[in-house]
Amino acid sequence: MATMNELYQNVILDHNRTPRNFRQMADATGHAEGRNPLCGDQLDVWIKEDSAGKIEDVSFEGSGCAISKASASLMTQAVKGKTRDEALALFERFHALVTGRGKDQEKLGKLEVFSGVAEFPVRVKCASLSWHTMKAALERKEAVTTE
Amino acid sequence: MATATVGSAARRLGGLETHRGDFPILATRRNGKPLVYLDSAATSQKPMAVLEAERRFYETTNANIHRGVYHLSAEATRLYDEARERLARYLGAEHPHEVIFTRGTTEGINLVAQSWGRANLKPGDEILLTEMEHHSNIVPWQLVAEQTGAVVKAAPITDRGELDLDAFTTLLGGRTRVVGIGHVSNALGTINPVREVADLAHGVGAVVMVDGAQSAPHLPVDVKALGADFFACSSHKMLGPTGMGALYGRTELLDAMPPWMGGGDMIDQVTFDRTTFAPLPAKFEAGTPNIAGAIGFGAAAEYIQGIGREAITAHEHALLEYATAAVADVPGLKVIGTAEHKASVLSFVMDGIHPHDIGTILDNDNVCIRAGHHCAQPLMRRLGVPATARASFALYNNEADADALVKALHRARELFG
Repeated sequence: MATMNELYQNVILDHNRTPRNFRQMADATGHAEGRNPLCGDQLDVWIKEDSAGKIEDVSFEGSGCAISKASASLMTQAVKGKTRDEALALFERFHALVTGRGKDQEKLGKLEVFSGVAEFPVRVKCASLSWHTMKAALERKEAVTTE
Repeated sequence: MATATVGSAARRLGGLETHRGDFPILATRRNGKPLVYLDSAATSQKPMAVLEAERRFYETTNANIHRGVYHLSAEATRLYDEARERLARYLGAEHPHEVIFTRGTTEGINLVAQSWGRANLKPGDEILLTEMEHHSNIVPWQLVAEQTGAVVKAAPITDRGELDLDAFTTLLGGRTRVVGIGHVSNALGTINPVREVADLAHGVGAVVMVDGAQSAPHLPVDVKALGADFFACSSHKMLGPTGMGALYGRTELLDAMPPWMGGGDMIDQVTFDRTTFAPLPAKFEAGTPNIAGAIGFGAAAEYIQGIGREAITAHEHALLEYATAAVADVPGLKVIGTAEHKASVLSFVMDGIHPHDIGTILDNDNVCIRAGHHCAQPLMRRLGVPATARASFALYNNEADADALVKALHRARELFG
């Protein structure tokens, strides 16, 4: 069983305290609101794609637990500069990681700090909320919920 | 001062210690750590008396009720009726037929909203609730308001989490037909002045629906003394089985109300032209009920009455005071809900640690608390917090449980810095 220190790694605690790209975006090309109605977590994700379909900028705002906030913060760093397809593929691999199905998680870089989440099934939704919301923003869906 | 509180708590706490052994689950462990169950406001644990009553029924008396001419069915019927009498005594009802068995508090409130509400509410009529209501005392009223054209209003609360009685009185008017109020707030522990509210409501001719989910397990309840026209509670929060509840209603009101659900057991005569309905309480109990659940529920009421609700209230209050004093030492912890009169609910937030993270860290020590909005989103919005962590105490909790909670909270503080 994972210890609390393995779940709440320093990188997660740091991004929870000081989330990166934590701001609204006036000139976004895509925006979505993500909610987890069961626990009340709520966040907005903004995305700006350039004409070539590359994610030029991404930001978020909202409230939630350390896992969801840190995950959103690290997500913004991970997908910035990627194409839409690359970002969605990364989501797939991240999801596999937090649900314990990951095979090539060593290539996920900083996102590997979420490997402990797999042992806490009730927290998987916290870790994946921002990613679902990012996907919705890319697909121009306004709202997404995780049940 | 703190020492005196702890000392008196310890003395009073000793009295109920012997009953802890009645709850088999409290002897379980996870990863070698004893179960510290502090989520009784969500659902309570069950004593052997309840588990055995249900088991005995299935082993020796199981048959459908109100139908068979044979002995076994008559005996099952007798036990089912006896459970109703036990609940009537428990709630202070005048007649057993004033107790309708339901699936729980939620169903009880929906029954009143749909049966009484649809028959009595007109466009522009007002339904007055409070800001601290559980969703189950909000949403059923919104549904019937949509169906009838009535309007839902909410009386504000103070920052301490008490009902603002002046504001309530101002909102109460000639159009108010029903007042819905929780006896005890599930999220804050506040004990509302139901009698005072009921007197005010009756003064303008409104009926009073009391959500008793959180009071029935912890306080002496007398529906007459409370002035409740309707009072709903849940078995599973008061040491009984899940899927069971009781709705108390005054005879005159219940008699005048149309049935809510139709089916077997609730009729007098059925033809395709016209159906007449059975008298109370059968009119509101269509279909084969949860017979074993009712018997378990009755056993739970007897068990609680055997210990005495005054003793339980005193024990839980002492434990609440003890825990409230102890958590004050946890850096950055703020108690949410500081009403003068509180039942055994300790809601709190911590600087820089979201309630869900607190819940996960405590769970690592097998300490079970609730984290979230407690099905009271309007209240969370009013208090300006997205969620709280909530420890709630029952008669089987002791000081060691409170100590384990505080120790785990310190650990959470250390981890998050």
